[in-house]
Amino acid sequence: MASTDKPAARVDVAIIGAGLSGSCIARQLSAYEIDTVLLEKECDVSMGVSRANSGIVHGGFHHNLKYLKSKLEIRGNLMYDRLQRELDFPFKRCGILVVALNEEEMKHIDHLYTQGLENGAIGIEMCSRERMFELEPKLNSDCVGGLHAPGGGVLEPYRFVFSVIESAQKNGVEVLTNFAVERAERSNGHYRIHAADGRTVEARYVVNAAGLFADSVSRIFGAEEFKVTPRKGEYYLLDRATEAGPQRVLFPVPTKVSKGMLVIPTVEGTVLIGPTAEEIEDKEDLSTNAEQLGQILDQARKMVPKVSQTDVITAFSGLRPAVGDGDFYIDISKKAPNFIQVAGIQSPGLTAAPAIGEYVKDLLKKAGCKLSEKADWDPFISKLPRIRDLSPYEADELVSDNPGYANVVCRCEKISEAEIVEAIRRGHTTLDVVKYFTRAGMGRCQAGFCSYKVFKLLMRETGMSYKDIRKRGAGTEVLQDAL
Amino acid sequence: MKELHYDVLIIGAGAGGLAAAVEVSKHDTSCALVERESHLGGILVQCIHNGFGLEEFKEELTGPEFADRQVQQVLASNVDVYTDTTVTQLDADGDLKEAYCFSPAYGVLKITAHAVILAMGCRERNRGNIRTPGTRPAGVYTAGLAQRLVNIEGYIPGKDVVIVGSGDIGLIMARRMTWVGAKVHAVIEIQPYPSGLTRNIVQCLNDFDIPLYLSHVVSRIEGKDRIEKVRVCPLANGIPDEDNSFDIPCDTLLLSVGLVPENELSKEAGVQINPQTNGALVDATMMTSVDGVFSCGNVLHVHDLADWVAEEARRTGRYAVAYLRDERPKRQIRIKAGANVRYINPTMLDPDNPDKLYFRSLIVKNQAKLHLKLDHNPVKEVKISHVQPSEMLHVKVKPKDVASWNIMKDSVLEVSVE
Ligand SMILES: Cc1cc2nc3c(=O)[nH]c(=O)nc-3n(C[C@H](O)[C@H](O)[C@H](O)COP(=O)(O)OP(=O)(O)OC[C@H]3O[C@@H](n4cnc5c(N)ncnc54)[C@H](O)[C@@H]3O)c2cc1C
Ligand SMILES: Cc1cc2nc3c(=O)[nH]c(=O)nc-3n(C[C@H](O)[C@H](O)[C@H](O)COP(=O)(O)OP(=O)(O)OC[C@H]3O[C@@H](n4cnc5c(N)ncnc54)[C@H](O)[C@@H]3O)c2cc1C
Repeated sequence: MASTDKPAARVDVAIIGAGLSGSCIARQLSAYEIDTVLLEKECDVSMGVSRANSGIVHGGFHHNLKYLKSKLEIRGNLMYDRLQRELDFPFKRCGILVVALNEEEMKHIDHLYTQGLENGAIGIEMCSRERMFELEPKLNSDCVGGLHAPGGGVLEPYRFVFSVIESAQKNGVEVLTNFAVERAERSNGHYRIHAADGRTVEARYVVNAAGLFADSVSRIFGAEEFKVTPRKGEYYLLDRATEAGPQRVLFPVPTKVSKGMLVIPTVEGTVLIGPTAEEIEDKEDLSTNAEQLGQILDQARKMVPKVSQTDVITAFSGLRPAVGDGDFYIDISKKAPNFIQVAGIQSPGLTAAPAIGEYVKDLLKKAGCKLSEKADWDPFISKLPRIRDLSPYEADELVSDNPGYANVVCRCEKISEAEIVEAIRRGHTTLDVVKYFTRAGMGRCQAGFCSYKVFKLLMRETGMSYKDIRKRGAGTEVLQDAL
Repeated sequence: MKELHYDVLIIGAGAGGLAAAVEVSKHDTSCALVERESHLGGILVQCIHNGFGLEEFKEELTGPEFADRQVQQVLASNVDVYTDTTVTQLDADGDLKEAYCFSPAYGVLKITAHAVILAMGCRERNRGNIRTPGTRPAGVYTAGLAQRLVNIEGYIPGKDVVIVGSGDIGLIMARRMTWVGAKVHAVIEIQPYPSGLTRNIVQCLNDFDIPLYLSHVVSRIEGKDRIEKVRVCPLANGIPDEDNSFDIPCDTLLLSVGLVPENELSKEAGVQINPQTNGALVDATMMTSVDGVFSCGNVLHVHDLADWVAEEARRTGRYAVAYLRDERPKRQIRIKAGANVRYINPTMLDPDNPDKLYFRSLIVKNQAKLHLKLDHNPVKEVKISHVQPSEMLHVKVKPKDVASWNIMKDSVLEVSVE
C-alpha cells in the first residue's frame, strides 16, 4: 500500500484500523478542514475482518431498531448508490430472499416482515411459495414461502475499502501501513501514539476502529475494558460456472445466534456459500476445518439442491469481532478523553460502514472537534477500466494507448497486464492484495496459471528481488532460492 | 478493430494445436494458429525430462525437443502463427465462426474462419478442488506451477517438500526437486495404487528413497505465514482414520491432483461437454456438437502421452479439412462405454472410415481383455497385458473388422474391459 514513510508529526484525528469502519470514517473526515491520519498494522488496508465476509448490503429487516446496528444498517444501505457513482466499485442491488422450508419457519418470516416494515426497509415483500419460485427457480421444492427484500445487495468488501481509501487519500488523509499501535501517552491535550517499529504520531482525537483488536487498543489508551470474542465463519467459494448460482442472496430463517448459512451470488459472478458460526479464542486463527466445511454444503443444499462439491474452488474463513450483547459499541469514551470507540462491528458492519462514518463524525463534533467543510472536497475518484467489463470493440480502443490492456494475464477472470500494473503502481505489492485489487488469481485455477506472471510484473514494476515476493506480510515469501 | 479471415482457426499451440496446424496446412488450406503464451509448445516446454517422441519421432526426446520438432514443421508451413494472443470469445453459431483475440501487438483482433479446432489443453486441479482444510499459508503450489518456476523461471519454491498425488507430474517433480537440492519427504496418494507410470515410480521415487504413502490423504495444512507441516491420515476402507494420522514438517506442498480440460471458451460457444471427461462430446470426425468446431488433445480428454495428442490432433486436422470440402461421413453409429470403461473417445464411429478409439479402464488388472459388442453381439476381442485407470488405452477398429458387421441405422458399439 502506498504509505508515507515520514510520520505525520501532529494531526487532529488519528484513526486506528483501516478496515471498512476506519476507511469510511477517514473519507467522511476528509471533507473537513482537519488533518487526519489512518494507522494500520498490516502491510495493506482491508486485511482484517473486512477482508473475509459475506459481502452483503443487508436489507434492513434482521434486527430491531432498538439496536444501534439496525439504525446504521438502514442508513448505510441507502448511501450505497451514491457511493457507487462516486467511487467506482462493483455493487449490485440484487435483492435478498429469506427462504422458509416449513410452516413453523413461515411464522418467523411474519416477524421479519413486520420488523422490516417498522424499520422502513424499502420494498419489503411477503412471498407465497409461487412468488418465491418466480423469483428463484433454483430453490428447493420444499420451500413454502418467504421474504423478499429488493433493497439488499452484494459487493466485494476489500474492493470497496480500496476505493474509499483512495478517495480519502485524494482529499488529504494520510495512510500509514505497517503501523502497529503499541503504546500511547497523553500530554498537553495530545496523544502521542507509538508504533511497534518506533514511528510516532501525535493526535488530538483518536478513533479506535481496530476490529478484532479494539479491546487491546482501548487498553493502550486507558479507555474502557471490554473483550472482543472472535466468532469464526467459514465459507466455500464456487466456480462461476456452477449451476447453483441464484439471482438473489438466499438466507435461511435466522436463529438466535446467527443469520445462518447463505447462498450468495457475488457481485463478480462466483457463488459464495456459508458462513458457519463458531466461537474461538485465537484472533489470528483463520484456518478452515473439515467438520465446519462439511456443514456448509449440507446447509446450502437445503436451499439450493444443485450446490455441488465439485464446484468448490476455494475455502476461507473470517472472524466476527463480537462485543457484549452483540450490538455495535460506538461511543465517546467515558474514561479516556477525546477517544472514540468503534468496536463490536460485526455484521451488518459492511452495510453500516458509510453510516458509521457519519455517526463518528458527529461524535467527534460532540467531543469538541471543530469541523468546517472543505470548499474543494472531491467525492469522485477516477474509474479504472477493466477489460472483462468491456466489449471487444471498447477494449480495442484502450489498447492503442496502452497495449497492456490486450495482454490477458489472468485467464480465468480475464484480467489484463495493465490492470495489474495499475494496482502495483498504487502501491499494492503483495500477491494477495494484487489479487484483491484486480481479481487476478481469484478464479477457478486459483492462480495456478498466472502467479508466475504476476511475480514477473511485480519485479519489473518495483525492482524488487524474487526473494521479496510475498503472499501477504513478512514471513510469507513465496520463492526461496534461485537456480 | 483488425479483422482477418482463414479457412481454419486453431486455438492453442501445444502438442495438439501444432500437430493439427501442420496437417491442415498440407491441404492447401489457410490456417491461423493462436497461442496465448509467447512461446509455442504449450505444456511441453516445461517438461524437460525425456520420455517423449517414441511414437511420433521414433526416438526418445525431452518435452522441449519434441515441441521444437513440431514448431519447425509449423514454421516451414504456410500457417500464420499469433503468439501472445488470447482468444477470449468464440461465436460459433453461424457458418462463419468469429473469435475475438487479445494481443498486445495487434490490439483486439477478430479472426473469422469456417472451421475451428479447439486445442486449449488443461489446467491443474488445486487445493480448493480437493477441499483440504487448514490455514492458508505461502508455500502451497500446484505441481505444474512448481515445474514451471523451476524449469523455466529458474526459482526454487522451497526446500522441504511434501507432494500430494502420485500422478506423473507429481513423481517427476519429486525427482526434480531432489535434483535442485530440496528434500522430498513423502508422496501422498489417496488411491491404493500409484497413479503414475511404473517407470516413474522407480526412477523418480525408489531411486531417491522417497516414501510413497498409498491410501493416505493430507487432511490438514498448518502454518500461519509459511506452511509448517501437513497432517497425513491413512484411509481405512476409504474412511479417514484420524487416530493413526501423523504430521510431516515441510515448507512446501506440491499438489498433483489431476487435470481438468479448459473448456470455458468451448462451453460459451455452445459446445456440449461429456461429464465423464470434462471435454467435448465429439463424433467420429472429432467434431463437437457445434457444426464446424472440432476438439483434440488435453482439452478433449486428459492424455498421458504427447505422442497420442499429436496423433489425435493430426486426425482432427484432416477431418476439419474434409469438413470444409463437405466430405462428411455418410453414417455414424454410437459408441458406448460398457463394463469397467470410464469413457471412450470419440463417441461415434464412421463404419466407412473406422479409426482409433481412446479409452480408460475403471479397474486395475493384468491379462485383461477388451470386448467390442455390436448390438450385444461380440464383434472383436483384444488382449491387453495390463489395465489401470491412470493409463489411457486405445484400440484400432479396422475396415476389415467392420466389413463383417451387421450395421443398422441405430446400432450401438459397446466397449468393455474384463
Ligand atoms: C463471517 C463474517 C461475515 C460477515 N458478513 C457481513 C455481511 O454480509 N454484511 C455486513 O454488512 N457485514 C458483514 N460482516 C461484518 C463486517 O465484515 C464487519 O463489520 C467489518 O468488516 C468490520 O470492519 P472494521 O473496520 O470495524 O474491522 P476490521 O476490518 O477488522 O478493521 C480493523 C483494522 O484494524 C487494524 N488494527 C488492529 N489492531 C491494530 C493496531 N494495534 N494498530 C494498527 N492497526 C490495528 C487491523 O489490522 C484491521 O485492518 C461479516 C463479518 C464476518 C466475520
Ligand atoms: C506437467 C505435465 C507433464 C507431462 N509429462 C509427460 C511426459 O513425460 N511424457 C509424455 O509423453 N507426455 C507428458 N505429458 C502429457 C503431454 O505432454 C500433454 O498431454 C500434451 O503436451 C498436451 O498437449 P495439448 O496441446 O493438448 O495441451 P497444452 O500443451 O496444454 O497446450 C494448450 C495450449 O493452448 C493455449 N491456450 C489455451 N487457451 C487459449 C486461448 N484461449 N487462447 C490462446 N491460447 C490458448 C495454452 O497456452 C497452451 O499453450 C505431460 C503433461 C503435463 C501437463
